[in-house]
Amino acid sequence: MAASSPAAALPAAVIDASRRAERDARADKLFRGLLAAAGIFVLVTLIGIALSMLWGGREALAQFGIGFFFSAEWDPVNQKFGALIPIYGTLVSALIAMLIAVPVSFGIALFLTEIAPNWLRGPVASAIELLAGIPSIIYGMWGLFVFVPLVGEHVAPWLNDHLGSWPLIGPLFTGPPLGIGMLTAGFVLAIMVIPFISSVMREVFLTVPTRLKESAYALGSTKWEVVWDIVLPYTRTAVVGGVFLGFGRALGETMAVAYLVGNSVKFTPSLLEPSTTIAALIANDFNESTGLHRSSLLLLGFVLFVVTFIVLAAARLMLLRLSRKEGNA
Amino acid sequence: MLTSIKTRFVAVGLATVLGAASAQAADITGAGATFIYPILSKWSDSYNNATGNKINYQSIGSGGGITQIKAGTVSFGSSDKPLTPQELDEAGLAQFPSVIGGVVPVVNVEGVEAGKLKFTGPLLADIYQGKIKKWNDPAIAQVNPGVTLADANITVVHRSDGSGTTFNFTNYLSKVSPEWKSKAGEGTTVSWPVGVGGKGNEGVAAYVKQIKGSIGYVELAYALQNKMTYTALQNSAGQFVLPSLASFQAAAASADWKNAKDFHLVITNAPGENSWPITATNFILVYKQPKDSAAAKSVLDFFKWAYENGAKQAEELDYVPLPKSLVEQIEAYWQAEVKL
Repeated sequence: MAASSPAAALPAAVIDASRRAERDARADKLFRGLLAAAGIFVLVTLIGIALSMLWGGREALAQFGIGFFFSAEWDPVNQKFGALIPIYGTLVSALIAMLIAVPVSFGIALFLTEIAPNWLRGPVASAIELLAGIPSIIYGMWGLFVFVPLVGEHVAPWLNDHLGSWPLIGPLFTGPPLGIGMLTAGFVLAIMVIPFISSVMREVFLTVPTRLKESAYALGSTKWEVVWDIVLPYTRTAVVGGVFLGFGRALGETMAVAYLVGNSVKFTPSLLEPSTTIAALIANDFNESTGLHRSSLLLLGFVLFVVTFIVLAAARLMLLRLSRKEGNA
Repeated sequence: MLTSIKTRFVAVGLATVLGAASAQAADITGAGATFIYPILSKWSDSYNNATGNKINYQSIGSGGGITQIKAGTVSFGSSDKPLTPQELDEAGLAQFPSVIGGVVPVVNVEGVEAGKLKFTGPLLADIYQGKIKKWNDPAIAQVNPGVTLADANITVVHRSDGSGTTFNFTNYLSKVSPEWKSKAGEGTTVSWPVGVGGKGNEGVAAYVKQIKGSIGYVELAYALQNKMTYTALQNSAGQFVLPSLASFQAAAASADWKNAKDFHLVITNAPGENSWPITATNFILVYKQPKDSAAAKSVLDFFKWAYENGAKQAEELDYVPLPKSLVEQIEAYWQAEVKL
């Protein structure tokens, strides 16, 4: 009897509990499904965007083939397009930005976590995060009206006079002092990505256990030694992640660069002369483009996607190697 | 689309509620060149006051305007570059001019005031090709007797974004310099041999103002309103003229519209003693056999109204209204070509 209808023999409270467990399991399943959908949504969107750009660029790909990626020509009148110069410009301007932004961000983060008095930490941190909220067109305008004349009158002539004649790096710094070009764009990009990199660094520096640092100090380490030998190794993965987050942003930044880079699709080794980036070229040309021209721009968008992907993948690989090395040691 | 439907509802709603407008109050949708956006919004405001009809114009660029009208999503498109009669036939479109403007070279040379420097067309083409690199080049000195220029580099500034301004400028350079035509050609964006690209009129203006020894080109209205140092240019009759409403109007009047099928004519390098050489026309595109003939009629009604009543407003914004003879020709063209 009891076996044939166990439910009937159980007290009401137990039945209630088992029903609730069932309901909870259902809710859990639903929740899991929702979370998975949220995760997959991003993946699907990402792949969808990449594929639709590639699809939009099929005409250009059919016309130019693989040569599109290695051709330095960009001639809308004769319908000849190649991605080499914008790819070069994108990478170089982002690299300049990182050369400036990484040390500065590192300094900001260390100052805020190790050196600044407590009352100063909050305000400075919020001020830096405010920088991240400024629209990029404002950076573009500020750069164009304030920063460009400054570079044109003081920075560029100085570089030209002092570094222009050096072997190897000399050609990078020769050119007319226009104030616009890759260097200016890189400077402003650096200011734009500093908030991202420095806030990631600050957050992770805060996670370093105090006892580790204090032990080091107790052993007689200087501040620099604590930072270099304790804080940085402890947070290395996250710091590299933050740096590449900034790098990814610098690669894709559009409006500010379009105002400052000079928008000339011609190769020049000089950082003082106008050039262009993938994003700036798309922003400039897209409105009035048709046919093959538009298709080439979409393909260029896909190229930017691939470039960013390669950079991020390289970062991952680097981290993997680092952690493996540590494991072996 | 959604906004156009929404505004239509609003327009109809307002008309019903206020009872101010006629029963036919309708919303006219258009899209295209940014060049005519300021005057079009002014006109549509006055037109709305006068008739209760509204114009909803999206300034998305000439290329976009052509695409939209071909897709039939708007009642009229607008382009700074005329379509060829063949292209119009294929799409079943009619084309007519709306308003005239022009392109003006501007410079930043120490000691040179507005209108004091003179250029010839080939000289301008040589500068934009990078063949003339210094302001004290003998070729510049030759057409500017009495003006002494320093031994300074010329920095060429051009538009970086695709634009009708660039189309008219490069079209002019192609007409006066065979070398320019074969090397760079004409288009809304071209492969510039030298120079830096500024985004929009404001980008070019900012570069020219900041870079000493630079030369650029902007729309007339932009040059006048920002008090830039414009230059004189030699026209096809050999005269040096200054950019002004009068010299633009002279170019528009002397251009050979009579023989231009579907008004397919770029009026740069127009004949006439007083004509400004880089004068530009904006064009309106409508269907010859519109599906919605009421909408098409309201488009033509609007432009008819604008030709008759909008001249003063156009001049206030430094546009040049169409000459009377041209307006008559356009209205005859509507009669003949557009089936309402």
